[in-house]
Amino acid sequence: MGAIFIKELRCMLLSPLAWSLLAVLQLLLAWLFLVQLEQYLEIQPRIAVLENAPGVTQLVVIPLLDSAAVIAMLLIPLLSMGLLSREYQSGTIHLLLSAPVGAGQIILAKYLALLIVAAIMLILIAAMPLSLLLGTGLDLGTLLAGLLALALSLAAFAALGLCISGLTPQPAVAAIISYGALLLLWLINLAGSGGENSLLEMLSLSHHFRRMLTGLVTSEDIAYFVLLVLVCLSLAIHRLDGVRRWS
Amino acid sequence: MKPLIRAIGLSRYFGNTCALNNLTLELYPGEVLGLLGPNGAGKSTTLRILSGSLAATSGQVDIDGTNLQEHPNEAKRKLGYLPDTPPLYPELKVDEYLRFCAALRSVPSTSLVDAIARAKLRTGLMEQGTRLIGQLSKGYQQRVGIAQAIIHDPRVVILDEPTSGLDPNQLIEIRRLIRELGHLHGVILSSHILPEIQSVCSRVMILHDGRPVYSDTLGSGEPATQTWFWVGFGNPPTLEALAALPGVSKIIDQQGNRFCVETDDALEPEELSKQIVARGWGLRELTPVQQSLEQIFTRLTCGEAAS
Repeated sequence: MGAIFIKELRCMLLSPLAWSLLAVLQLLLAWLFLVQLEQYLEIQPRIAVLENAPGVTQLVVIPLLDSAAVIAMLLIPLLSMGLLSREYQSGTIHLLLSAPVGAGQIILAKYLALLIVAAIMLILIAAMPLSLLLGTGLDLGTLLAGLLALALSLAAFAALGLCISGLTPQPAVAAIISYGALLLLWLINLAGSGGENSLLEMLSLSHHFRRMLTGLVTSEDIAYFVLLVLVCLSLAIHRLDGVRRWS
Repeated sequence: MKPLIRAIGLSRYFGNTCALNNLTLELYPGEVLGLLGPNGAGKSTTLRILSGSLAATSGQVDIDGTNLQEHPNEAKRKLGYLPDTPPLYPELKVDEYLRFCAALRSVPSTSLVDAIARAKLRTGLMEQGTRLIGQLSKGYQQRVGIAQAIIHDPRVVILDEPTSGLDPNQLIEIRRLIRELGHLHGVILSSHILPEIQSVCSRVMILHDGRPVYSDTLGSGEPATQTWFWVGFGNPPTLEALAALPGVSKIIDQQGNRFCVETDDALEPEELSKQIVARGWGLRELTPVQQSLEQIFTRLTCGEAAS
């Protein structure tokens, strides 16, 4: 399993794809960060006189993390799309299937390698709001809750992308289906007319993500992300076992 | 002697299509078994099942006494497999790739360097270690594929068309390597090239439509009793007249004025030529057909069409 993990990580970090995605993400977020910071500086003298005024964390950092999740949702499928589908396409899947490793180990190794790249992404995103500490104070509790929400979301995007990569030998098709599935999960609560506890609200990625962004960390939201990851990984393992049987 | 591979009653269906029908085979230490058959005969399916990368619809496979279905990891540790397209990652260097394959097949990290060096030496890749696999020629890529299959010194080596894409010199080297592997391990390979099977295999099994139709040990390359000849005429007779020639039992093939005939075992070539000359057909060629295996192969896989 370690061998697959090291090989995947090496291939991802050696390819220009991961680095160009990280660079694009960083560029877009830096732009948003500067725009939001500028707007904050304009309105700051006016809201300073209010009681319980929202601070820089609420007005700059949280919107930044929200945008980061949406951009990452568009980038992670590009990293995950080839993880399994390229193995099917090139026939290297036979090397893995004839080796003494189980489907679970193959999936887990690939997922962990993807998580490492997602962690690099998270560190780069977190660096921007943390740089504010040089000039001002931040609500660290809210910031940590927001980063946790972002980390859990990245882990969920990665698991879903990996699972869908196992369904098709075409990486581009895997990326498109991943976009569809992630956006659907993100927007599914738009249709819900019910309150907090309706089924569509509970299924929605954005509902759980945004609740954590407010600084409220509940076991329900954490359980949602963990369950989503576990379901996607089990489906991927099941699918890879099926390759032996059906293809 | 305990067989290295024992496969009993293997069948495989893809939907309603039967790719493999009740195949039973055994491979013993020191043996090179060749699977021969036309395209679509089930050679690759058989090898994929034996390697554990495809599940059989029914049947059992034991690798060196370990059941492949019940203890897949333990059984797979004892085999090396080269699929029909070599399973390579073009973005890796040869050394990196072989290191990955060795670790994947649980070669202990202490003997990793030795294992890579030995596999490269055996496949003639000593100079290519730092080159990207994607930039190698097809023949070298095929060698990397073979190196990955033998890197962990497996008991059983499964090679699916190991010599495709190789130039004549490489062909000779790889055939020598396969014969050498056969002394130390058991080798099972597939091919549709008859001379290759004849030159490297100690036993052959011919598959046709997913069924084994012939299985025999091959001699040390001595020609069998010669019964097929290509005969060329300047003044060709009719097919009936040629077939009526004493000693000619069957006409196998025709290319213009050349005919491939099968003769009775007793008929000597000089007797055949005398008869043809006596009839004034203008004998221009009388070539014995070398491959006795080819006769068997043609008879079994398209025998009805030829007769």
